[in-house]
Amino acid sequence: MSALVRRMGAASRDAYGKALVELGAENPDVIVMDADLSKSTRTEKFGKAYPERFIDIGIQEMNLVGLATGLASCGKVPFISSFACFLMCKGYEQLRVGVAFPELNVKVVTSHGGISVGEDGASQQSVEDFALALTLPGFTVIVPSDEHSAKSLIKQAARHKGPVYVRTSRANAALVYDEKTEFKIGKGIKLREGKDVTLVGTGLLVFECLEAAELLKEKGIDASVVDIHTLKPLDEELILSEAKTTGAFVVAEEHLTFGGLGSVVSQFLSRRHPSFVEFVGLNDTYAESGSPQELMNKYGLTSANIALAAQRVVSQKRR
Amino acid sequence: MTQESQKKSAPADFDRLSRIALDIRRDVIKMLGLAGSGHPGGSLSATDILTALYFQVMRHDPKNPKWADRDRLVFSKGHGCPALYSALARAGYFSVESLLTLRKLESPLQGHPDVRRLAGIDASTGSLGQGLSIAVGMGLAARFDRKDYFSWALISDGELNEGQIWEAAAFASFHKMTNVPTILDYNKYQLGGSCKEMLDMEPVVDKWKAFGWETREINGHDLREIHDALLWAKSSKSAPRIIIAHTVKGKGVSFMEGNNHFHGVANTKDETVRALKELGESDAEIARITGMMK
Repeated sequence: MSALVRRMGAASRDAYGKALVELGAENPDVIVMDADLSKSTRTEKFGKAYPERFIDIGIQEMNLVGLATGLASCGKVPFISSFACFLMCKGYEQLRVGVAFPELNVKVVTSHGGISVGEDGASQQSVEDFALALTLPGFTVIVPSDEHSAKSLIKQAARHKGPVYVRTSRANAALVYDEKTEFKIGKGIKLREGKDVTLVGTGLLVFECLEAAELLKEKGIDASVVDIHTLKPLDEELILSEAKTTGAFVVAEEHLTFGGLGSVVSQFLSRRHPSFVEFVGLNDTYAESGSPQELMNKYGLTSANIALAAQRVVSQKRR
Repeated sequence: MTQESQKKSAPADFDRLSRIALDIRRDVIKMLGLAGSGHPGGSLSATDILTALYFQVMRHDPKNPKWADRDRLVFSKGHGCPALYSALARAGYFSVESLLTLRKLESPLQGHPDVRRLAGIDASTGSLGQGLSIAVGMGLAARFDRKDYFSWALISDGELNEGQIWEAAAFASFHKMTNVPTILDYNKYQLGGSCKEMLDMEPVVDKWKAFGWETREINGHDLREIHDALLWAKSSKSAPRIIIAHTVKGKGVSFMEGNNHFHGVANTKDETVRALKELGESDAEIARITGMMK
């Protein structure tokens, strides 16, 4: 593999805006609704292209989900959007009884996941949405890492029958893929071969894992890197094969270390192939205001910190 | 067209409707007595409204429960579902005898309505405050598809405590949703006590008016009044309409009327016998039902 270069692409929320416009042309049943954040979530692009199928309903997340329930039960394909923390936290119970329980075809696509939201501060930064989405039975849970994966996976989500949660980010994302890459819901992507440790990332942390692998190479550690863009259903086959090869993992996510990808991966591993696992995420805390990069540095969501965790887990394994 | 959808356009036969309402009340008592748990009070207060909806006003076809052009009913006060289940059974969606499986393991008649399990249910409910939003969403779908069905919402007074009701109320009037006729089963009690003592939402009519709805107050146990009001509710040209139906919790059984013990406590064997006798059930049927009770 050629040396890793950090080339910035668009934010995954921008890819969502583009995907929606394409979906609007492809499927007349797609209806998009937002709760007064359409400029930020990028649903406004759809609103401009298809004003008759777009409703910015006002600041009411509970009603947003309820409306989607009604629409989906009559055969529409509603996409509903807001910031991750508002839609998932305020709308959770409506998603539970109104979408997950009746198994309705609602697509929940949020923006402003994680702490890379930046200066707006902790109340706007979602650090628990993976956990909430994962505990909705029947939901598919997707966290794209860059603009290409976001656009492809969101378009697949529209064709997927059943409820889907997709978290997008506010910040521009380093490119992990090019536009020719093929993605499949539920199928993780092995980005780099390695025999000592597997770095499992999702969202913006995928690129950090790639960079960490470069840092580890200098330390003589051969790291494999995997993008788990679909947290549920987990690509168990891929994780199992990594466990058999490396037997040591670092799971990195822009989320609390409770209830997210780390929990999903280690629960699977403890059942099928007990392995050493380290977690890079937010440790039982909210973040604060600051630039996205300052926050990622302060809270350890960086390649350097992933590399340190990898060294710890490799030494545990060798002990 | 099946029997039920033909009857909808026939002139209302109020003797027939009151016989059906009586059957539903008997069913509710039998179902809850056998289940040993559930909510008699709010089932009996909604019985006459449900009767007028399913046996006179709503466009629906029990032989084709997923008919795309049917009227929907979002029964937002899900705990009162025994009355809804009985109305559906007596309309022909499933057998009346299956009502007796209420709340039993594997029964399609869940403790609160489950759209996946039971034909005729249009929305899973049971978490108060959500139903009006769902009905409005169905109304939006009708608007997008240029269909003329109505999505009815039946809500409770206790639900008015919930903020989501008012989110949906504001949205519906702003978007001039005239296809979401709504009925408030105003029986004046919620679990913890009277609405006045818990969280008084009066003036209820003024609140709905302030949110842009047209209102009409009726006696929710007078089938003629209910029938006329339902026709009024679905004939708006501009604003959404709500019927404030003044009802009596436990209506039809003397010792349950206005007795909030029966909000969420099922009738005992002795109470089942007394209630069914009051409702004119035959001795043989009472013996059959109580014979099945522990």
